[in-house]
Amino acid sequence: MTSVSSASPAFTGKDPQNRLFGPLPDVTEEAGYEPDHPKRVGFFTDTSVCIGCKACEVACKEWNTLPMDDSHGTRDVIGLSGMSYDNTGQLGANSWRHVAFVEQSRVVDLPMPAVGLPGATRQDTGEPSPAGHAHQDDSLAEAQAHSVLNAEALSEFDPQTAQTGSDKQIRWLMSSDVCKHCTHAACLDVCPTGALFRTEYGTVVVQGDICNGCGYCVPACPYGVIDQRKDDGRVFKCTMCYDRLTDGLMPACATACPTQSIQFGDLDELQARADARLATLQSQGVETARLYGRDEDDGVGGAGAFFLLLDEPEVYGLPPDPVVTTRDLPAMWRAAATAAAMMVGVALSAVLGSRKR
Amino acid sequence: MPGLGTSFGRGGATNYQQDLANSDCIVIEGSNMAECHPVGFQWVMEAKARGAKIIHIDPRFTRTSAVADLHVPIRAGADIAFLGGLINHVLDNDLYFKEYVVAYTNASALVNEEFQDTEDLDGLFSGYDPDKQHYDQKSWQYEPEEEPHSGHDDSAKAREQEEGSQHEDVKRTDQAQAAGSGGPPIAAKPKRDETLQHPRTVFQILKRHYSRYTPEMVAEVCGIEPQVFRTVADWVTSNSGRDRTTAWVYSVGWTQHTVGAQYIRTASILQTLLGNMGRPGGGIMALRGHASIQGSTDIPTLFNLLPGYLQMPNAIQHHSLDDFVAESQGVAGFWGNMRSYMVSLLKAWWGDAATAENDFCFDYLPRINGDHSSYRSIADMIEGKVKGYFLVGENPVIGHANGRMQRFGLANLEWLVVRDLQMIESASFWKDAAEIETGELVTDQIATEVFFLPAASHVEKEGTFTQTQRLLQWRHKAVEPPGDARSDLWFYFHLGRILRERLKDSTDPRDRPLLDLTWDYPTHGETADPSGEAVLREINGVGPDGRALSSYMELKDDGSTTSGCWIYCGVFADEVNQAARRKPGREQGPAALEWGWAWPLNRRLLYNRASADPDGKPWSERKKYVWWDEEAGKWDGIDVPDFEPKKRPDYVPPEGAKGPAALAGTDPFVMQSDGKAWLFAPKGLQDGPLPTHYEPAESPVKNGLYGVQANPTREQIDAPWNRTNPSSSSVFPFTFTTYRLTEHHTAGGMSRTLPYLAELQPEFFVEVSPELAEERGLEHGGWATIVSGRSAVEARVLVTERMRPMHVGGTVVHQIGVPYHWGSTGISTGDSGNDLTGVVMDPNVHIQESKAATCDIRPGRRPRGKALIEFMEDYRKRAGMESGLVPVGGRAPMDSVSGEAKPGRGPAAVQPGE
Repeated sequence: MTSVSSASPAFTGKDPQNRLFGPLPDVTEEAGYEPDHPKRVGFFTDTSVCIGCKACEVACKEWNTLPMDDSHGTRDVIGLSGMSYDNTGQLGANSWRHVAFVEQSRVVDLPMPAVGLPGATRQDTGEPSPAGHAHQDDSLAEAQAHSVLNAEALSEFDPQTAQTGSDKQIRWLMSSDVCKHCTHAACLDVCPTGALFRTEYGTVVVQGDICNGCGYCVPACPYGVIDQRKDDGRVFKCTMCYDRLTDGLMPACATACPTQSIQFGDLDELQARADARLATLQSQGVETARLYGRDEDDGVGGAGAFFLLLDEPEVYGLPPDPVVTTRDLPAMWRAAATAAAMMVGVALSAVLGSRKR
Repeated sequence: MPGLGTSFGRGGATNYQQDLANSDCIVIEGSNMAECHPVGFQWVMEAKARGAKIIHIDPRFTRTSAVADLHVPIRAGADIAFLGGLINHVLDNDLYFKEYVVAYTNASALVNEEFQDTEDLDGLFSGYDPDKQHYDQKSWQYEPEEEPHSGHDDSAKAREQEEGSQHEDVKRTDQAQAAGSGGPPIAAKPKRDETLQHPRTVFQILKRHYSRYTPEMVAEVCGIEPQVFRTVADWVTSNSGRDRTTAWVYSVGWTQHTVGAQYIRTASILQTLLGNMGRPGGGIMALRGHASIQGSTDIPTLFNLLPGYLQMPNAIQHHSLDDFVAESQGVAGFWGNMRSYMVSLLKAWWGDAATAENDFCFDYLPRINGDHSSYRSIADMIEGKVKGYFLVGENPVIGHANGRMQRFGLANLEWLVVRDLQMIESASFWKDAAEIETGELVTDQIATEVFFLPAASHVEKEGTFTQTQRLLQWRHKAVEPPGDARSDLWFYFHLGRILRERLKDSTDPRDRPLLDLTWDYPTHGETADPSGEAVLREINGVGPDGRALSSYMELKDDGSTTSGCWIYCGVFADEVNQAARRKPGREQGPAALEWGWAWPLNRRLLYNRASADPDGKPWSERKKYVWWDEEAGKWDGIDVPDFEPKKRPDYVPPEGAKGPAALAGTDPFVMQSDGKAWLFAPKGLQDGPLPTHYEPAESPVKNGLYGVQANPTREQIDAPWNRTNPSSSSVFPFTFTTYRLTEHHTAGGMSRTLPYLAELQPEFFVEVSPELAEERGLEHGGWATIVSGRSAVEARVLVTERMRPMHVGGTVVHQIGVPYHWGSTGISTGDSGNDLTGVVMDPNVHIQESKAATCDIRPGRRPRGKALIEFMEDYRKRAGMESGLVPVGGRAPMDSVSGEAKPGRGPAAVQPGE
C-alpha cells in the first residue's frame, strides 16, 4: 500500500507528484492499489475508420440496460434531430456512447491527381512528409490527391454550374464519443460520497447504490459527460464495462465495432498504436489528422479514452482545451490561505488595538 | 442470379468477403456496403489499410463513400452505360488480360450468321417479337463445331426440349434462374478463332457493341465527368493483370432494376476481360439483402426452382423424368449429371416409395404453367385467383414495391398465415392500412382471416444460415423462445404431421405425395422440436450403406443415393456437421477452410483453376492460389481446387466424351457446358446476349444511346393500383431511389419495434440536395410530400450536400433518397417509402425496379382521407396517365389477357368526394 501523505498538495499548494494535475505514471497505484494491480486500460477510438454504424451505441445500451432517449437526452422519447444521421445528440445519463456525424463541404480548386499504381500513392511515397513542411500548398494538393477521405476531391466538375476547375469537396466525419476516464478525473475528485471511484484498471466508475444525487460531478466534468437522470436524481456514465472487465471480457462497444475504430486494450499499447497510426495517416497526406486526449501534459493529465480525429476537436463537439477543476485547487487554497491570514491579521490587530485602548 | 450464372456457371458470389482484403482495388457499385453490410465491410477497410484503392459509385454520398478513396456520383439507373464505358476503354486500349481471355473465355467463339446486334437494330437484338415483347433466342447461338453434338444421347428429344423452352408460358417461368448453379446447357461446342480476328467472334462483336460507350457518352448519360471516369478506369486497369487484382462488389442497388441481371452481366464481362475471375482479391462479390437469402435460393422459396437450382418441372415440357433431364443429358460439364441430382432429390423426399419403375415419383412433383412469382401472385390475389397465403419472415406491405397493391392483395384472400417475431403491418393491414383512411378498404368488408403466429428468432432455434458467400454456418440455440413462439422448422414439421394424420386413411391418389413423404425427423424437448441436424443430414444425403455422402460426385441416378440438395452434399461428410466447425482463423490457413462449410464442396473461391495459367502455374507469385503439382499429379493450393483434383492441365477430352470428362484441363468454369466464362451469353437471358443501356421504366431523360427507351422485354402489370409514370414528365420530374439505413432492418419489423434501434433513426425522412430544397421550398427538418403515380407519402426533409444534382442530357436531374423502413406499427412509425414504388420488373427474375423511378416533391404534409384520392387523381390526370380509382376492396374486374380493368362493369370506384 502506498502511503498517502497527510500533507495534501491542496493544502500545501505544492503538487510534486502530480496528484492534482499533470502526467501520472501510475494512476492506479496513486489511487491506493497494490503495485501488482492490473495495467491501466483504455479506448483508442480511431475515427478515420469509423463507418458510423452505431453498433457501439446499441451494444452499450444492451449490455448496460439503458433506456431509450432522444437527442436532448429526454428519456423514453424519440424524435428526428436533423443533425445529419445523429439522433443521439450527446453523451448523457442514457447514452454512454455517442456517434457524431459531421457533414462538411467546401469549394476547392484542385489539381488533377497523379495516377499510377496504388502502391505508389500509398506506400511508396517515401519518407513521411516532414512535420511543419515548408511547401504548404504542395502538400495540401498532395493530401487531397491521395486523401483517404476527400472522395470528391478528384472531380473538377461542378454539376450545378457545370464549371470546371473547382468543386465541392464533401467530407462526412463520424466519431464515437465516450467518457474519457481522465488521469485526473474531476468528477471523482469532487464526489463527496465515494460513489465515483478509480477501479483497479485505472478507469472511473460511478456506483449507483452509493450515489446520493448531489450532482457536484456534473459541472465538474470538463467534457460534459456525466449526467443526472431527472426522474432518479443519480448520475450515470460509461463504466468501460467494469463488470465485463472483471470477467475477462472486452467492453461491449469495442466488441461490437466491426472496423476496429474502437480499440480496447492496455493504455500504453494503445498509445503506441495510435502514434503509429497517426504517422501512417500523415505520411499518406492526411494533414488534418491528430490525436486528442493522448497528451499527458494536457489539462486532465491525458485520457484513458483518447481519439484520432480528422479535424479540430470543436468540429466534433469536443472541448479544445479541457482542464480538470482540481488544477486550480493549489492556487485557490493559496488565495484562501492568504485571505484567512489577512482575516486573522485583521482580527488580531483589532483585539490588540482594543487592548491598547 | 442469372447474371452471374450465365456468365460463370453458378449464381453465387464468386469470392468470399475475407478475400477482399487481398484486393488491390475494390469497386463498390450498386451497394452501400458500409451501411448494409458493416461487418463484412471490415475486409474492405483491411484492404484499404494494406494500400488498396476503394471506389464507391453511387447516386448518394453514403457512409461507404465517406471512407472510400473516391466517390463517383452516378445517375440512378445508368450503371450499364458506365460499365459499358469501362469495357470499351479496356478493349480500345488493349488493356485486357490477353492470355486469360483467349484461354478461359468464349471470346474466340463464333456466333452464327443470323445474329444482329443493337448496333444494327438501334437498341434491339435479332429475334424480337414486338407483340409478345419476347426474344426468340435462336439467332444468338454459337456456330457449332460439328452437328449435332456428339455427346447427345437423344438429340431429337433435346431439340424438342429446346423448342419447348421458347414457349411463352415456359419463358414466364424463368428457366434462367436455374443458372444459379450451372450455366444453361448448350447443345454443341462452338467454332473458335483464337486470333480473335474473325468478325463473328464474340470478341469482335463485343468490341462493336460497346464502341459507342465513350467517356463523353458516359458523361452525357451517367453525369460522370470524363476526367473522373478516366481516374476510375486507370485505377481499375492498373490494378488488374498477372500481379494485381480488382474486386467488384454489388448488392440490391443493381438487382432492383428492369435490367438488373444485365447490370451484373456487364460487370461479369469487365471482370472477365481484366482476368479478375477465379483469382484472389478479384471476383464479383454479390452481397445478399439479409441473413440466409443465399440459402433461400439454394434451397429455394422460389416458385420455379427445386433445391440446388434444378428447375421446377413445367406442364408443357416435362411429362417424365426423361423429358426433364433430356436437355442436359450428355452435355459437357457437371450439369451433364443432372439425372443423378434429380433422382437423389426424389429419393430424399419419397424414400422407398420412389423406384425406377415409377420414375422415382417424378409425377408427385407439381408442374408450373406460368409466372407465379411474388408480384404476379399479389395481382392474382386482387383478381380473386388466390385463396390462401403464407407469409414467413416477410412484411410485404412495407418491404415490397407498391404497398397499396400489396394491401389490396392481402385484403382479397380467404386466409393468411403470418409468422413473425413482432406484430407487423402485413398482419394488421385490415385495421391500419393507409387505404382504410381513404375508404378504399373497409375493415368490415375484408374477408381475409388472418392467423398470426409468433416465431422464434435466430437465437432461439438451431439451424444454419447460408450467407452471402455461400457459407453455411450452424448456430446453436442460445435461449428458449418466449411463450408460444416456435421455429419455422417446428411449424412446418408439425403442420405436415397433422395433415398426414388427417389423410392417413385416404385412398385418393392425389394424397399420395404427402403420405409417401419421408417425414420422420427425431424430435426433442417439451415442444417436440424436430432436430435441425437430422434435416441437414437429409439435405446432405446418404449412400447405399446409409452413411452420409461426402461429395455430389458420388450421387447416382439409379436410386441408390439420396440428397435433398445436391450442391449441399458434403456438409455432413464423415457424419460430422461441417457447418458447425469453428476453428479460429489464426489456427488455420488464409482461406479458413475449417470455419463452417461453403458450397460447392467447401470451395471458398469459385473457378479458382483460373488463378493458374493454362499450364497450371500461378499467374504470379503475388496472386498464387491454386496450382498443378506435377509431382503429386494433382491440383494443390490454399483452397479446395474448383476442378477435378487429378485432371491434368494438358488434358484434352477424347472424341465423344460426356459430362465432366468433356471439359479440357484448361476449362476452369466447370459448370458451363463449354467450360468458359461467357462474355457473350448465347442462351440463358430473356433480354439479350449482351448488356445494353436502357433507361429505367420511369426516367427523367431520353435514352442517349439508342432509339429504344427502356428494356423492351420488361414486365409490367398495368392496373389502376399500379400505374407507371410517363418518362420525361414535367409532373414527375425527379428521380428517387430507395434504400436502407444501418439502423433499421428492411421492412422494420426487427428494428422499428426495438427501442435501441428506433431511437437511432426515429422518423421517416427523405434526403434532398440544397438546390432541390431551394427550387421546391423545402425546409430542413420540415415536412415534404413525395408523389408518384402509385401514391403520396409524407416525410421529414434532410437537406444535405451529400445529395447532388447532375447534368444529364442537357438537363439538371435531381435525385431524392427515400429509405423504406417505415410503417404504421412499432415504436418508430411513419409513411412507407414503398408506397411510391411501382411494379415493373426485370424479365429474368421478376425483381421490381425500386432503385430508380420518378416522383414529385412539395413542401408540407400530404392530404388525408378522401382528399388523398382526389390529390392522386389530379396528379395522374396532369401527367396524362390512366385513372387509379378502384372500388372498395381494390378489385376491379380484370381482362385476364391485358390485365386492364373492364370499363362499365362491377362495383363503382371509390370517388374522391364520397
